[in-house]
Amino acid sequence: MIAEIGLASLWLAAALAVLQMLSGALALRASNGERSSLAVYARPAAVVQAGLATLAFLMLLYAFAITDLSIKLVASHSHSLKPFLYKLTGTWGNHEGSMLLWVAVLALSGGLLAAAEKRLPERTMHATLAVQGFVALGFYAFLLLSSNPFERLPVPAAEGVGLNPLLQDIGLALHPPTLYIGYVGLSVAFSLAMGALITRQVTPEFARVMRPWVLGAWVFLTLGITAGSYWAYYELGWGGWWFWDPVENASLMPWLAATALLHSVSVLAARDALRTWTIMLGVLAFSMSMLGTFLVRSGVLTSVHAFAVDPERGTFILILLALYIGGALTIFAFRASSVAEGKRFAATSREGALVFNNVMLSAILAIVLLGTLYPLLTEAFDVRVSVGPPYFNPVGAIFAIPMFLVMAVGPLLRWKSDKPDRIKQELAIIGAILVSITVLVAVLGTYGLLPVLGLALAAALAVAAFLPLRGRKLSRVPTAVWGMVLAHFGVAVALFGMASESAFTQEKLAAMSAGDSTSVGEWSITLDSVDPVAGPNWTALEARVSASRGGEPMRLSPQARNFWAPSQATSEAALLTRWDGQLYAVIGDTAGETADGTQRWQIRVWWKPFVTFIWYGGLLIGLGGVLAIIGRVRSDMRRRIATRLGDARRAELEQLEAAKTAENA
Amino acid sequence: MIRSLVFTLIAAFALCMPAYAQDDMPPAPYAYTQLDDPVLEARALELMETLRCLTCQSQSIADSDAPMAGDMRHQVRSRIAAGEDPEAIRAWLIERYGDYVSYSPDVSATTWPLFAIPAVLLLAVLFALLRRLGRRSGDDEAA
Repeated sequence: MIAEIGLASLWLAAALAVLQMLSGALALRASNGERSSLAVYARPAAVVQAGLATLAFLMLLYAFAITDLSIKLVASHSHSLKPFLYKLTGTWGNHEGSMLLWVAVLALSGGLLAAAEKRLPERTMHATLAVQGFVALGFYAFLLLSSNPFERLPVPAAEGVGLNPLLQDIGLALHPPTLYIGYVGLSVAFSLAMGALITRQVTPEFARVMRPWVLGAWVFLTLGITAGSYWAYYELGWGGWWFWDPVENASLMPWLAATALLHSVSVLAARDALRTWTIMLGVLAFSMSMLGTFLVRSGVLTSVHAFAVDPERGTFILILLALYIGGALTIFAFRASSVAEGKRFAATSREGALVFNNVMLSAILAIVLLGTLYPLLTEAFDVRVSVGPPYFNPVGAIFAIPMFLVMAVGPLLRWKSDKPDRIKQELAIIGAILVSITVLVAVLGTYGLLPVLGLALAAALAVAAFLPLRGRKLSRVPTAVWGMVLAHFGVAVALFGMASESAFTQEKLAAMSAGDSTSVGEWSITLDSVDPVAGPNWTALEARVSASRGGEPMRLSPQARNFWAPSQATSEAALLTRWDGQLYAVIGDTAGETADGTQRWQIRVWWKPFVTFIWYGGLLIGLGGVLAIIGRVRSDMRRRIATRLGDARRAELEQLEAAKTAENA
Repeated sequence: MIRSLVFTLIAAFALCMPAYAQDDMPPAPYAYTQLDDPVLEARALELMETLRCLTCQSQSIADSDAPMAGDMRHQVRSRIAAGEDPEAIRAWLIERYGDYVSYSPDVSATTWPLFAIPAVLLLAVLFALLRRLGRRSGDDEAA
């Protein structure tokens, strides 16, 4: 019954998406002043649809919670003996479930937009809802026609297959929903951009409506990528936090586009400039979300040939991608000429700096896109090439370094037009930090060029982030400005962590028997013992490792785990976090025996100075985004209340006037 | 999107996890042993981090526990210890396993667009910036 309720609500939601689309579109066709009788359905359709899609997702969640083995998806991805939390998170730990989550979030944000957004002109709102309905319809069709999560088995399975042990982790519980909210938030930005373009309402008011959605999506993407990077770092057991893997790139590309969009929409809201550029970025950001979904969901990454053999899902997403991007670009081509670029500005101005950095972000996005898609393209012609960190790091840096330099200066500039002379003191401070750190690091040791530049830029950016506050009364700085300061500071912190990890990491591999000692960096490491331990659905060998650098020894317990449903070995790293870095320990295979017959083990230990700053930085960037949303929404509320009070007062005055004239007459 | 959701990939992943008590052959000597000279070890590590583990999904041989990656690490470390140039070792591995083994693409008949496109992009970016920001515009044109 559960599965059938879920499936029925999905079909109903899809039907409502059709209604929403038609109703919005018909409202548009009705000429000004007239009201189409169907127009009234667009908003309620979106709201009810949100409820139905959420219901469908809850039904699947419930099926996983009770391990309903008559449902194919549950039987092939869950197991009755799995810990309860991982039964729940297993709901979106598979293709169908994660697509259902995606669609539920899409419907929820569409519902929220329809219910809460009253500032836009009705026509623009209808166009937006029509586009949103059209987008949702495509994904309902994808789910219902090619990836039905509620499919029953003819005969219920006796036991489930289980969930990949790598995925049985709290990181997985938080990471995909966070990213999905980000991706899907960008769909609202896309719909709003299309709505504004269709009704020729690309105005600062529209930008103010779009901004919280972009900011919100961007915050979730930032946090999702940060969490995903940390999850890969501690769960996969090789101490890497980013490998330019296609799957990682698939989440980075929408973030880059959203970062550019976020800054562009701010210029539009504040200065009524960059209109077409903002619309273009809105299309680009959601395109990158869908491209990411295609890359991950189609199986094209495992092998282009495997994809060619069973192309149903991939082709479906590809068609949706072509339809939405193609449609958006067509509308753009027809309408762009009637949307003027907006107010002009000089090169040395706040807008100029923002344009520069938007172009740089787009260029980095193009590099990531090229490096991700190129190997797939050649594989189709049976030529296999690998594109990895040695390509992405230097080529990306060509655009990233100028971007960071301008990012340090941009917030100090005035809108519209400014003179570099005015901020020469600040420029001197930033320049001095850059030069002195570069020289200092280069003198102290031999490190790669990029880590050295990274350290210098991080220091300069950290100081530059706070320079916009200079000479201002701190209590009167708007919340949104604090948000910017914090986010820019977060970039500096993350950059410092990355450069430091890359420059200063030390690694030690040792074959040790109990009682042996070794050292890595300032740390001395002793293997105390190796013992078998057991968990709910695994057994493991656990190493007890003591680590100290002068003070009390600390205990780390890395494990080599063997799961039995499904049967798989994983490595559980042990982390010791200090303010200045992390000690990362892994136990590997046996390493034979010593001469006297004692068992030896492969122990691998890293000391990674300041590696944690990468994720602290990510959190700061996200927090900055949250502050910006709070600031913007609060000032918008205040403006709306003021307008309402003003209107009420004017109405009263008019009444008084009218009464007076009546008396006089 | 995220590593965690690539289930199909994870089948390949299983190969890269240590196969406890399954492999009969002991790993090659330098698979899990660092070189004594830290300078040589650093040089070997730098190279190993840019070579692909051929039996895994998106992992360098420095990070992989697959037996084949262990053999390749042994090759790299012993050749570095014998004084070979890292790029010569890379060339030797590419000759043996194809371009796929190296994460650091060279300019070749199959990879030139990876370098040509960024160069074109750089020009396009400069052009776009000059066009957008280059023109003097103090006057406030209403749009």
